[in-house]
Amino acid sequence: MKKIIIATPILLFLSINICNALIKVDITRGNLDPLPIAVSPLHVDPSSTDHKDVKIKQLGEDISKIIEKNFKSTGLFNPLKKDAFVQKPDIAHLKPRFEDWRLIKAQALITGKILVQNDKLKVEFRLWDLAASKEMRALAFTTTPSNWRRVAHIISDKIYERLTGEEGYFDTRIIYVAESGPKDKRKKQLAIMDQDGANTKYLTLGNELVLTPRFNPANQLVTYLSYFRNLPRVYLLDIETGIQEVVGNFPGMTFAPRFSPDGKKIIMSFAKDGNSDIYTMDLENRVVERITDHSSIDTSPSYSPDGKYICFNSDRSGLQQIYVMKSDGTNVKRITFGDGLYGTPVWSPRGDLIAFTKVRKGKFYIGVMRTDGTGERLLTENFYQEAPSWSPNGRVLVFYRETKSGSQGEGFSAKLWSIDITGYNERKIKTETDASDPSWSSILSK
Amino acid sequence: MKFITKIKNILLVIFATLALSACATQKKAGMDGDVYTGKETVEYLASGVPDRVFFATNKSSLTTAARETLRKQSTYLRKNPKLNITIEGHADERGTREYNLALGERRANAAKDYMMTYGVSGKRISVISYGKEKPVNTASTPLAWSQNRRSVTVKVK
Repeated sequence: MKKIIIATPILLFLSINICNALIKVDITRGNLDPLPIAVSPLHVDPSSTDHKDVKIKQLGEDISKIIEKNFKSTGLFNPLKKDAFVQKPDIAHLKPRFEDWRLIKAQALITGKILVQNDKLKVEFRLWDLAASKEMRALAFTTTPSNWRRVAHIISDKIYERLTGEEGYFDTRIIYVAESGPKDKRKKQLAIMDQDGANTKYLTLGNELVLTPRFNPANQLVTYLSYFRNLPRVYLLDIETGIQEVVGNFPGMTFAPRFSPDGKKIIMSFAKDGNSDIYTMDLENRVVERITDHSSIDTSPSYSPDGKYICFNSDRSGLQQIYVMKSDGTNVKRITFGDGLYGTPVWSPRGDLIAFTKVRKGKFYIGVMRTDGTGERLLTENFYQEAPSWSPNGRVLVFYRETKSGSQGEGFSAKLWSIDITGYNERKIKTETDASDPSWSSILSK
Repeated sequence: MKFITKIKNILLVIFATLALSACATQKKAGMDGDVYTGKETVEYLASGVPDRVFFATNKSSLTTAARETLRKQSTYLRKNPKLNITIEGHADERGTREYNLALGERRANAAKDYMMTYGVSGKRISVISYGKEKPVNTASTPLAWSQNRRSVTVKVK
């Protein structure tokens, strides 16, 4: 009898401790020492001519501000205040006085020059290592003036790559579902924006419910779920032309679509008679293939980047868990055995990790694990959050988070957030409206 | 004496724990376990024929009350042979969106299958899942979630 009495509190204590250990990632944030970096305004060549929609005079300053914002958002860099800068942009770009820049504690310096003429924007930039007094990177390219924000993102990517050894992710876009209106009558539209929240465009009018948009590898097509004519089906949308079409001719609901890594197939769930299984459709020859055949719910499929495996969500064990199989549907293996439910598995573009949503004791977690299910790390805990999507370099996840609402649904909101897979640097992404179901593009300039 | 008070204290703790756990399993108003049993959101296809049934978290199995409701709906449909219906399947906001779409579809079909065993032709019944997209109660409370885990029978006009 006594043994039981003692055992109960200990068990409780243990489970609480485990819980704390998982959240610790959160608490130890801010230990990183971001690299101090000076981003000099780009020098505007005085022979530049005016261009519609673009303010030439401020262009050098504006581009440098976007670069600073990009760097700040990584949590890895600390862009220094411009008031302390001691050299004019044009002179610094030729050859900086390294000792002056070292004085303001900068360790790296970015300089540049732009020229706008004949509807062309010529850009050159340099990255300087201030400690070694050396140029680290220099590049010049030409584009159209209206592309000036992308110029800032491309420069950011090149410098990020040089300083971290990792591919950048700034010249990218996010497609998502823009939400507005009361909770029980939500208007939902497909929306697309630059990674930093600029240039938002709405791709659908909001007349029908749309969910879960995802890019193809070339970022020109989007597959998503639409309730057009009150028939929930997977659609394909060409972003350039605006042409939409239903994917396949299924006699029931199709949902949870994603592209294969080569962009040739769409993988999705098809629900019929209370059973959801995973199918693929080849976009060229329209051949439909059944991948899973099980009486349970099989959904949220996602390919490994080499196309050889598929991770997916199934409740064949009784409750939602994550499974991995070969892309032909054989060799199905359950990979999650932890305490709680697991959903929305997404394979990292590097191939090494699977991101997921975990539900445990009424809390929602975004986490990552190795592709065999080991090494689970929970990155963030909240009342409700799900649907992680990877940055193209596999370093950052974007997901959406919903708030608890009051008795009349008031206080409800849905927002996009991002977090590094280290568990550091959690950030809200600004969107014009409420937002959910984000999907990160690959690098546009590739 | 000291020993006795110690035992008393231990016993008090045990009783308190028991009382607490009793609270947890006690019936909440309008709920049996986590299945909604009240009438608050219910509408009627006809007098005495409720339009919806409720489910437990992550489940699509029909409760005794759900079966009773669906039998009433079946009788009503057999008496009105020209009437067709759509069964909408719904989930609460506490699950991932894609799984909830599948779960709503499974719930709607559980209701459909049961009505077919009570003599309603499957041709008269279409199903649609809305997942967690159309909550009937927008609060973030266990009661609201229990009211949202439902299948609703709607007459096709």
